[in-house]
Amino acid sequence: MKLWMLIIATIVLSFVSLFIGAIDIKVSDLLDWHSDETQIFLISRVPRLMAIILAGAGMSIAGLIMQSLSRNKFVSPTTAGTLDAAKLGILISMLFLTNVTYTQQIIFSFVFALAGTFVFMQILDRIKFKDVIFVPLIGIMYGNILSSITTFFAYEADLLQNISSWLMGSFTLVIAGRYELLYVSVPAVILAYIYANKFTVAGMGEDFAKNLGLSYKLVLNIGLILVAIISTTVVLTVGVIPFLGLIVPNIVSLYLGDNLRKTIPHTAVLGIVFLLICDIIGRIVIHPYEIPVNVTVAVIGSAIFLIMLFRGRAYAKK
Amino acid sequence: MIEIKGLTKRFGKKPVVEDVSVTIEPGTITSFIGPNGAGKSTLLSMVSRLLEADTGEVLLDQGNVKKWKSSEFAKRVSILKQSNYLNVRLTVRELIAFGRYPYSKGRLTAEDEKFVDQALVYMNLTEMQDKLLDELSGGQKQRAFIAMVIAQDTDYVLLDEPLNNLDMKHSVQIMKILRKLVDELGKTVVIVLHDINFASVYSDRIVALKDGKLVKNGPTHEIINSDALREIYDMDIPIQEQNGCRICVYFNSHA
Repeated sequence: MKLWMLIIATIVLSFVSLFIGAIDIKVSDLLDWHSDETQIFLISRVPRLMAIILAGAGMSIAGLIMQSLSRNKFVSPTTAGTLDAAKLGILISMLFLTNVTYTQQIIFSFVFALAGTFVFMQILDRIKFKDVIFVPLIGIMYGNILSSITTFFAYEADLLQNISSWLMGSFTLVIAGRYELLYVSVPAVILAYIYANKFTVAGMGEDFAKNLGLSYKLVLNIGLILVAIISTTVVLTVGVIPFLGLIVPNIVSLYLGDNLRKTIPHTAVLGIVFLLICDIIGRIVIHPYEIPVNVTVAVIGSAIFLIMLFRGRAYAKK
Repeated sequence: MIEIKGLTKRFGKKPVVEDVSVTIEPGTITSFIGPNGAGKSTLLSMVSRLLEADTGEVLLDQGNVKKWKSSEFAKRVSILKQSNYLNVRLTVRELIAFGRYPYSKGRLTAEDEKFVDQALVYMNLTEMQDKLLDELSGGQKQRAFIAMVIAQDTDYVLLDEPLNNLDMKHSVQIMKILRKLVDELGKTVVIVLHDINFASVYSDRIVALKDGKLVKNGPTHEIINSDALREIYDMDIPIQEQNGCRICVYFNSHA
């Protein structure tokens, strides 16, 4: 697959995304600056598209970084406790700070996402049996433990409904003024590209990296911080989108290999395309209502994931 | 010159390497031999800074290796550990290009490309440079990793059991290449070997370890004799001369 093909697909799908929805907007409506259609377009449709683009690229790259640093093809923010830890952080901020501000929520969830991922990497460091399937299973179990802690305290504090609304990855509520935090992931993604070579080298193992004079621990920590930044911004604005960080980097790795300098642009754009398709489907099937994007992503993503598991186990193991 | 001075490493309470002092002569192949658990790989890891010693020091050109800057050290000493578990999908050329990382940090200059091309030619990999590592056989993969170390262009090349999982033909191939690295390019090779006969035939010097302690250290011909080997391996090993090579016939010895 060529990068320009993916970019063209992104542009076409972006247009589709801008012009479908409960209200029918035509290009000609946009010529009138004061029309309702233009207002809807600017307040709802454009922010939604930007949110999809930022979340799609961000989550895919976060997954790619994690797979490279953990040296396991099936590790991602959803299979390593990152997102569960971020959610726990939001809950803690709500429990312990009265009148919690948005900034405080961001900081709490970032710190928890970072610490949660770090703990998972430490667990990974200590277990001897590093099977491709076994490691993400541990990650999922670990995530579920964090998640059940969150659920328990949310239940006690009567915040359960709040929590489940973050669980639901959805672009329905994205309007101007409520998604701008996602732009924080842009510098993180750019940094990921700048660090691409270092991540590739670190992905070959600590001994290998040290042989080439790379400060392995530093690169590892920078990678985890980038993952935590991206995950936090996505969870706080859109919610949890499963599978994205898992399948997109794997598809790219299949046809392009594991040199991150080469694969990062493809991963970002393919992530956007995949998320756009899932969101568009979610908006079409029960039009004028919507299915949350995490449902369509989960349905399509789990199918692709199963195919990868059955046919790609040999590939992931090599 | 690399000088190892009184190096000790403990894992828990048990010393794995105990008070080992060795000088690595430049321009030679030095083999580390000894029974399982003798501490050969641990010693090599400490020399290459992958592992920190508990006591003692390693000097590279009279300077303690701990004091060397990582990027500068990586231009002088390279180490290749057993790499069979590596599951990264890179092409052979991409892997070798990472050997230039200490110099270019990943942005290859024309000079870096030249080193990569030379390493490809040297290891006879030019034709398969665009193949992915996971498409290669064990021997080809090992050659690709050695090519990377050649591109890294260090004076010292440290290899931890590079013949593991290789058949006879590929083992001989690798050892001949290492010999060429020393004889033609003036490198210094330090290698952990299990097969005593490869050590005997290809190395200039042998360092023998047993239970973490240095038992023998000297030119190959001084070590490959029945008396010295008995001390190292607790086996009676007859030696046979074959075209100037000393072969240890240990297969039916009394252990």
